[in-house]
Amino acid sequence: MKKNDTPQQTTELFDGETKGIYAVNEQGEYELTRTSGWDPETTALTQALEEMDRLTDDALQRARAGSTSPLEYHMCARRMDLPMLAKTVGKFQWQVRRHFNCARFNNLTTQQLEAYAQVLDIDVDTLVKLPE
Amino acid sequence: MSEITQKSERQFDHRPSAHCETGAIANLLRHNGLEISEPMVFGLASALTFAYIKSIKINGMPLIAYRMPPKLIVKFLSWRVPGLKFKFETFKDEQTGMQALDQQLAQNNVVGLQTSVFFLPYFPEAMRFHFNAHNLLVYAKQDDEYHISDPVFADLVTAKIDDVRKARFAKGVLAPKGSMYYPSDVPNEIQYDIAIPKAIRFMAKMNGPWNPVPISGVRGIRRMARQIKRLDKHEQRYARLFMGHIVRMQEEIGTGGAGFRFIYAAFLQEAGNLLNSETLKEYSGELTTIGDEWRDFAVLAARLSKQRRGQDFNDAAMQLNKVGDLELDFFRRLSKFKI
Repeated sequence: MKKNDTPQQTTELFDGETKGIYAVNEQGEYELTRTSGWDPETTALTQALEEMDRLTDDALQRARAGSTSPLEYHMCARRMDLPMLAKTVGKFQWQVRRHFNCARFNNLTTQQLEAYAQVLDIDVDTLVKLPE
Repeated sequence: MSEITQKSERQFDHRPSAHCETGAIANLLRHNGLEISEPMVFGLASALTFAYIKSIKINGMPLIAYRMPPKLIVKFLSWRVPGLKFKFETFKDEQTGMQALDQQLAQNNVVGLQTSVFFLPYFPEAMRFHFNAHNLLVYAKQDDEYHISDPVFADLVTAKIDDVRKARFAKGVLAPKGSMYYPSDVPNEIQYDIAIPKAIRFMAKMNGPWNPVPISGVRGIRRMARQIKRLDKHEQRYARLFMGHIVRMQEEIGTGGAGFRFIYAAFLQEAGNLLNSETLKEYSGELTTIGDEWRDFAVLAARLSKQRRGQDFNDAAMQLNKVGDLELDFFRRLSKFKI
């Protein structure tokens, strides 16, 4: 890639930051240049973020309807998925999935709730509630 | 107290880089008196590769990597360069881990940390995913903040103690476990004429003709191309997310596929200058072309992640196979490289 061709399609996703990439300058030598964004990359990143939002909204709707526990909502809101949450909290996936059941979730001990709250990096009070 | 203030004002020779791990190591070695560039670290560690691992899932998608797994870069580098030794420490207990970090800083040492991006507040919100293998250097502590040289950022940054603790002790896949590293032995100079050809041949063999596993190198590229061809049969949403995932893995997470090809091309050029080899410079130009082909593939893939047309999956797969052919031919010749 030529230095002049380094994409500068600024995206708000970078929040004003730039990213380093090696490119060939006029003398034919490689040097580190900065790029403020590239459309294909922005497309993919936006898509990933939208997918996460979609899952979060979906979990929130179901949690409001009572068909899943706030745990699933907070998991999605903190950008995690089931295998990731299970791995971080040190449980099997089926064990975590059981806690998506409202009745079981309400019966969790403080200790168990704290374990979830810690890996999700939120308070226990937030964990058991849904946002307004 | 005055001592601490003084330390935070300590200058750190921060040079931004394209990739976190190689950049961190290059900055760390330069701080310890060995003048070395980021591409040289990347090249000597033979870090260029490709891997398509279906069994490891990230957000339900297969793992696609364009370079060696974390830590392996440091290990390959210390293996390639005689007299270079790194010390790794991991901690079971968070408190001990933070104390060990402070102790190193108190001795004026700079240390590398493996961290999770999600907990680092200076990252843009949109980029904060649960990715546990981000490397950064801590060079000072002032009040309740650590002063950080993050290789992928243009400037020096700071982060609160608590955030650094969370980032170091994040759990999950590739959990850093407080991992902290610093060089214990640094050679005065590197014998480039011996190290470079070996490192180049090793990388080329692993990716091309002597590739031991079907998931890596050119065989991994072909495998991914076959997978893309089959996307027709999948649900539309999955197919689109899959293509988007490929682009993200290629371009965003750790500068990605084309980015790594360019770093390696920069290495080949630097090596060509050091060893006075025109052949290496020609190879560098050739790899630049391959890197551009990767970017063309990313454009195709990004288009596919937006809308679905059956025909185009084949186009993307064909482009990928083309890249694979180019790389195989390139690696074949490179694996016989001698000065």
